[in-house]
Amino acid sequence: MTHLLETKGLEIRFGGVVAADDITLQIDAGKNLAIIGPNGAGKTTFLNICTGWLKPASGKVYFEGRDVTPLSPRAITRLGVARAFQIPQLFTEHTALENLLIATAARDRLQNPIRALKDTRQRAEMMHLLDMINCTDAAHQQVDELSEGQRKLIDIAVALALRPKLLLMDEPTSGVASSEKFDVMEILVKALAEAEVTAVFVEHDMGIVERYADEVAVWNMGKIELRGTPQEVLEHPDVIRDVIGEVA
Amino acid sequence: MFIRITIPTLLLILLALVPFGAPGLQVLLTLALAKGIAVMGVTVLLRSGQVSFGHALYFAIAAYGGAFTLMLMPGADLIIVLVFGIVTAVLSGIIVGLFVARYRFIFFAMLNLAFSMIFWSILEKFYHYTGGADGMRLPRPTVMWIELERGAYELVMFYLALALALGLGWFSMRWLDSPTGQLFRTIKTNETRLQYLGMSPQRVMLTGYVLSALLCGVGGIIMGLVQGVVTPEYAFWVRSGEMVFIAVLGGAGSVPGALVGAAIYEIVRTYASAFAGDIWQLVLGTFLLIIILFAPGGIAGIYSGVMDRIAGKKEDSE
Repeated sequence: MTHLLETKGLEIRFGGVVAADDITLQIDAGKNLAIIGPNGAGKTTFLNICTGWLKPASGKVYFEGRDVTPLSPRAITRLGVARAFQIPQLFTEHTALENLLIATAARDRLQNPIRALKDTRQRAEMMHLLDMINCTDAAHQQVDELSEGQRKLIDIAVALALRPKLLLMDEPTSGVASSEKFDVMEILVKALAEAEVTAVFVEHDMGIVERYADEVAVWNMGKIELRGTPQEVLEHPDVIRDVIGEVA
Repeated sequence: MFIRITIPTLLLILLALVPFGAPGLQVLLTLALAKGIAVMGVTVLLRSGQVSFGHALYFAIAAYGGAFTLMLMPGADLIIVLVFGIVTAVLSGIIVGLFVARYRFIFFAMLNLAFSMIFWSILEKFYHYTGGADGMRLPRPTVMWIELERGAYELVMFYLALALALGLGWFSMRWLDSPTGQLFRTIKTNETRLQYLGMSPQRVMLTGYVLSALLCGVGGIIMGLVQGVVTPEYAFWVRSGEMVFIAVLGGAGSVPGALVGAAIYEIVRTYASAFAGDIWQLVLGTFLLIIILFAPGGIAGIYSGVMDRIAGKKEDSE
């Protein structure tokens, strides 16, 4: 069976730091995977390798069975892998709606040189996407005027606007007020399910992991220490000691 | 809204009537329009956050393209000369653009400068082909295969420059709002996201770069045809600097500002050099300093601010 994403023996070092040490992992469509682990464990490096931003010293990345290891981020994006960032990567001189429309311009390769982007037929689709993430009010605001939580959602919406098959998210709730975290995730998971997108997300909040992940992989010192259902993983003594902390 | 478009419309009507009302200004304004079109090219680039100190390259290439066309096809029609000149600029824009589109900021600015100065040297040194420092003549082409006297030809060139400035200005503004233009503008704020949208920033940059080369080329060929001669000075770095100067003066990133800035620049330069001798650069330099320090939006920004204030006062009184 072909997995949606598969990595085999990924290795990379930064000087003396091992950021990926024989990372072998399979992700299947429809199963949201949470990646947890202490800071510096190599979680973001894994996302960077999967999206082509970093090239591994050895090992391979397969997307839908195709070797994508040598491809650039834009080529991998075109195949259906989208990315959302820990620090939202948005076009700060544009509004929220324009950010999404720019994504559709890239997705559909819009070429008309004199038709305004805001008048394209994709506008209704993007307004619906904004509605799905409860950001309709922010549509015409410049993104640097929005709250961190809204910027996070817009960043993810930009990725979703590409209609990806797989979405890699780096700490989708970091910077979001703790009172809003579950609301943000609730909105996100609903939007992901509606768009039929499989998500891989790096997360530090175990409450979020427990509630929204189908599977959890634990990273430590560039290795996958453990993988299983949220219950299996979060109750494991090593995870309680190394990742969650003794108070848990 | 009404008042916002009234002043530009009135100015435009006055401009169109210049050949009848103030014929002495006609050639000066034709040259200003040619320069304004070229400055629009620099303005387009500024929208991606990049500045070029070498765009006079395309200004010169188009003018020399026109000169060679007229040398090889004496009596060629104006349209043919225009098309050849512009195509030469666009092709050069694609070739140079493929190389410079991967660089940003100071590297982008200086590489463009380097290309323009290489071309300037070629023009100076290959005397037998280019006429060296004396340049090449652009004998008056026919217009719709009719030979025109100087007065009629200059009138045609004035309206042609006006039509091209308006048409290309409209196109540039539409393009900057179009999907390709909006993608081009994202170069300024986030190339990482652009790559993660599946786009090549180099290719996106190239589209805007070629448009800017085309605009500079149109300005150059009109300037050459009006002056009747093209010299290596067309490609010199001072000319490129002047384009950036006018772009900032008019309002960095504003397409109409480029045209207004060019008109003011040409008028100040002409009259200040007549009345104030060698200090006209001082006058313009001081003016630029004031603009940068107190009105970074340039003339377009000042105009927009005044209009907002008038509109605000109107709303308050209602």
